[in-house]
Amino acid sequence: MSTRKISTQTLDESRQGVRTERLNVEQASYAYSASAQSAPTFTLGATSFQAHERELVAILGPNASGKSTLLRLISGTIAPLSGRVELDGEETSRLDVRTRAQRIAVVHQESTALYPATGGDFVLQGRHPYGRALRFANKEDIEIARNALAQVGAEHLSRRSIRELSGGEKQRVILARALAQQPRLILLDEPTLHLDIGAQVELLERLRQLAQENRYAVVVVTHELSLAAEFADQVVLLQHGRCLRVGSPAAVYQRELLEQVFEAPLDVELGPAGRPRVNLRARRSEEST
Amino acid sequence: MRPLTVKRLLWTCGALAAVLLACVVLALKLGAVPISVTDLVVNLGRVAVGQSDQLPTEYRLIVFDLRLPRILLGILVGAALSVAGASFQALLRNPLADPFVLGVSSGAALGSILALIVAPQIAVLGPLGAFLGAIATITAVYFLGRRDGQLDSTTLLLGGIITASFLSAIIMFLMTTLAGRDLRGMVFWLMGDLSTPVPAGLRWIFTVGLLASIGAIYSTAADLNLLLTGEREAIHLGVDVTRVKLVVYVSASLLTALAVSASGAIGYVGLLVPHAVRLLFGSDYRLLIPASALGGAIAIVLADTLARTVVAPTELPVGAMTAMAGAPIFIYLLRRGMR
Repeated sequence: MSTRKISTQTLDESRQGVRTERLNVEQASYAYSASAQSAPTFTLGATSFQAHERELVAILGPNASGKSTLLRLISGTIAPLSGRVELDGEETSRLDVRTRAQRIAVVHQESTALYPATGGDFVLQGRHPYGRALRFANKEDIEIARNALAQVGAEHLSRRSIRELSGGEKQRVILARALAQQPRLILLDEPTLHLDIGAQVELLERLRQLAQENRYAVVVVTHELSLAAEFADQVVLLQHGRCLRVGSPAAVYQRELLEQVFEAPLDVELGPAGRPRVNLRARRSEEST
Repeated sequence: MRPLTVKRLLWTCGALAAVLLACVVLALKLGAVPISVTDLVVNLGRVAVGQSDQLPTEYRLIVFDLRLPRILLGILVGAALSVAGASFQALLRNPLADPFVLGVSSGAALGSILALIVAPQIAVLGPLGAFLGAIATITAVYFLGRRDGQLDSTTLLLGGIITASFLSAIIMFLMTTLAGRDLRGMVFWLMGDLSTPVPAGLRWIFTVGLLASIGAIYSTAADLNLLLTGEREAIHLGVDVTRVKLVVYVSASLLTALAVSASGAIGYVGLLVPHAVRLLFGSDYRLLIPASALGGAIAIVLADTLARTVVAPTELPVGAMTAMAGAPIFIYLLRRGMR
């Protein structure tokens, strides 16, 4: 027990020793509207937070809170209306599409291949931003793709058809493709949506480990309060397009705040590692007391 | 891990080219006047070493003036339609997309017919009208397919289908009111027909335009592979989606216009050949595009040979052949692929 405590302490210290800032979101806002003239149908208010290398940030909030918009701003596919989003000091929306793909990898909820491809072919797609013209894979590409599959424990999936894979296996292959991009920042949009609880925990543990090993900054959009509490270094809490709180899970997870945001009766308690735990309080039991 | 290699690409294309060559020999041999393979080889050899003046006159007429130009046209048209079909399928992420579904062929056909009405004596106007018709249709369908300033795949496909039926109705109207003119020739051409040679002045434009379009599409083959997994993902993997779509859309439309202006509306090739190639060699566009081009050429040469021979001395339009042979083959391939 005590040795484990020491090891996490040294890990924290080493993390603080080289806390290079990767992502800087500074007062970034955005507005969607049907046309240039009409009033915006959705706005994301000014949002600020920073992510360092080896850090895992969770963007939390109920549906339609602006999580996906914030993710698109970070990925640089849309430019903020005001403020800035920088990766290593460069605005992500100003990077050309190829450079951006070399620095930022985005993992979506689901990836559908119209025509069947093998896991290996799929992972090699991650080398696309580095290749030229027809992009026949060279030895280095294949080596990188192999390593990426190995890092997610999916070497055996390289020759299997994507269509035959289970949800968890598919998620691993998709993650391996992101690793093959050799990015500095990995963004994940609800990656645990179609996974069972075991695969969810496995994915987040793996993400933490990869962030450590490869010095990524990782940003995960999720509405899984418990998972975010357990694995995130920092939490960004959104509601109705407003950024309510930014901070460690312990600082953000306050019962009244979460109950109000997620519109559900919740219990929040501190676990032994200083991380909060969230439990759904059934309305029925409330009535009986 | 077995990614596509240049070697595998060349072997596959080489094998298909050999099949195509065999089909060409067969097509030269068969017809109203059968010619033996030995004679063919001897006489083709004479031409190859520059002794074409030693050819018997009937050989020159049948093989070099009649059959060979028709076969070469078939090769080009087949390649054009198949590559156009494969391109539209990737562009729209829709296995049903094809120049005909999108209305591009109907536009070309209408343009050509209009040119025929306005100035029947000027032959060049026919193909030119087809080209303008195709370009106009593409543009119209493109704007019909836009939503909130973005090209929406479903809207585009629906716009294409509606445009195609609208244009077909106009063609029907024109054909009915124009009855009495060369209606049989027009019906033949509408069904897809290779018997009318491309005017000499247009041959170079036709060939160069075709090869340039296929080349432009092929240069985006790796991007098309990613576009198949979705536009959003393609962007995140470094594909300049807007540029790729524009290049492929314009080139594929040009291919359709050239094919239709030369040989009318030959159906099923753009839909069938890429599917067959996909089932045989996989869906990597770096292989799919050249293999579809060769496969399309094989399909048209075979179909046209059948069209010339089954009810000889009468000829069928090649489009009728491709449709008759295409539908059952399509069903067979589909069922085999599902197993």
